[in-house]
Amino acid sequence: MRKFKEFIIEKLILICGIASIFFVALIFLFLLKEGLAVFNIVSPFQFLFGKSWYPISDPPQLGILPLILGSLLVTLGAAIISIPIGVGCAIYIAEVAPLKIKEVLKAGIELLAAIPSVVLGFIGMVTLVPLVKNIFHLPTGLTALSGSIMLAFMAMPTIVSIAEDALYSVPKNYKEGAFALGATHWQTIYRVMLPAASSGILAAVMLGIGRVIGETMAVMMITGNAAVLPQSIFVPVRTLTATIAAEMGEAVVGGEHYFALFAIGIVLFIISFAINVTADFFLHKRQ
Amino acid sequence: MLKKGLFIFIISMFAVSVFAGQGKNSIQIKGSDTMVNLGQAWAEKYMEKYPGDFIAVTGGGSGTGLSSLISASCDIAMSSRNIKDKEIALANKKGVNPNEIKVALDGLAVVVNPGNVLDKLTIDQLAGIFTGRITNWKDVGGKDEKIVLLSREVNSGTHVYFKEHVLRENDPNNKEEFAPGALMLSSSQAIADEVAGNSSAIGYYGMGYISAKQKPVAIAKDEKSEYVEPTIENVVNNKYPISRPLFLYTNGTPQGLVKKFVDFALSKEGQDIVLATDFVPISR
Repeated sequence: MRKFKEFIIEKLILICGIASIFFVALIFLFLLKEGLAVFNIVSPFQFLFGKSWYPISDPPQLGILPLILGSLLVTLGAAIISIPIGVGCAIYIAEVAPLKIKEVLKAGIELLAAIPSVVLGFIGMVTLVPLVKNIFHLPTGLTALSGSIMLAFMAMPTIVSIAEDALYSVPKNYKEGAFALGATHWQTIYRVMLPAASSGILAAVMLGIGRVIGETMAVMMITGNAAVLPQSIFVPVRTLTATIAAEMGEAVVGGEHYFALFAIGIVLFIISFAINVTADFFLHKRQ
Repeated sequence: MLKKGLFIFIISMFAVSVFAGQGKNSIQIKGSDTMVNLGQAWAEKYMEKYPGDFIAVTGGGSGTGLSSLISASCDIAMSSRNIKDKEIALANKKGVNPNEIKVALDGLAVVVNPGNVLDKLTIDQLAGIFTGRITNWKDVGGKDEKIVLLSREVNSGTHVYFKEHVLRENDPNNKEEFAPGALMLSSSQAIADEVAGNSSAIGYYGMGYISAKQKPVAIAKDEKSEYVEPTIENVVNNKYPISRPLFLYTNGTPQGLVKKFVDFALSKEGQDIVLATDFVPISR
């Protein structure tokens, strides 16, 4: 009887374990099945490098280059803002801060991660957007820059907590050795701790970027959603994710617009898969 | 944990389907954001009149409503544009037979910030502005300021109507598009808010959304015609150049509860609600 129970439980856990992989495979197959149909209408080259996105015109123009560039521009901006702040914050928490401040900071970062993205988007819309408009004297504040700043807030918690973890797991004797050789605190951090934790920090950065590129609600609310090839960070952009979210309701199931949106889904899936694999590579290199 | 989550999910899906299945005295209405206030007002009054019947009204855009009707996930679709041939073909393939009922008229207002000196435009000028040929307010008699274009998303019937009747000036062979730099906002309210706060913005929406924070622009068909303000009288006597019909779409001729609701919308009482929500009644 006990043996039987063991057997059942073992198999149940096995099913749970396989389930996640199974679901990912199913999702990917479904994406492929629905998305690849778009290439009966446009060639992959036209789709990826076409400059006009007019999905409901007749005939539709399905070029997603402005959307890809929009996503990349917002992500790049967010990375430039969040990486120095995030890594700096992680160094402070892991190496410098007294215990009490450390606790407060960690709790604060966790709280930041807990804010729903739609709330951040809403706050950005009423506070950040007019501010950006006035500071840079732009015709509108709904720009890639606003999106980048807001998304930087969303990437921060991921970057800080994983980078801090990486710094924390550097063996104690590295640090003690550096001190024993007469290095100052900053020299120790800069020359010993950071190189030792570099793969973990890189993984933190990649995961933070992965979080940003998949973000939808906040960017849809504050980037203006204009499908134009961005010339600078001060213009409205339309991201891949916002396009899917905004247009999925309109797309008639089985129509070319519907297939095109699924194909955008494939592009996004590939991008975030690549980012995750890179992050994983760095994480495993450390061990 | 996953297992438990899945279990709860299955149970809740089951509960939802059972709940939806037994609800023969409830109907789902979905579609045009322009009409969502109207639909809700109808539903409220209808449910007051016939307690026991349940009407759920949601927005999402005309395209959303029509695609729900086609996939049979709603009973009535609200739409601020005609159904497309492609959509009819798709519906027929799925055994749905869309039936069009005209229920109201709507004037499309073009709005600017109250601080903007401009107060009138021709359709030609509007087309120029929204396709990106005219990019500065001074070219149409305003200040020397870049024009910020605000448009609805592509799932909006208002977007489609504006494109076909203003940008393309009713010419089916005209292939004009919105300027790629036009900001796509997800609701009429978002456009109203941006226009209220941005002195160089121009946007469009159903005239029900006009408030003191936006200034509607008088529109003329061409330079020789008179400039007309978007008001209910001007839409009724057909003077205002950008007005459009609003529709309900049902699967086949309305029957049962759907018919009861459509009849209510078309009744004197229903048309009074049309007027009260700033649209224009049809049966006059």
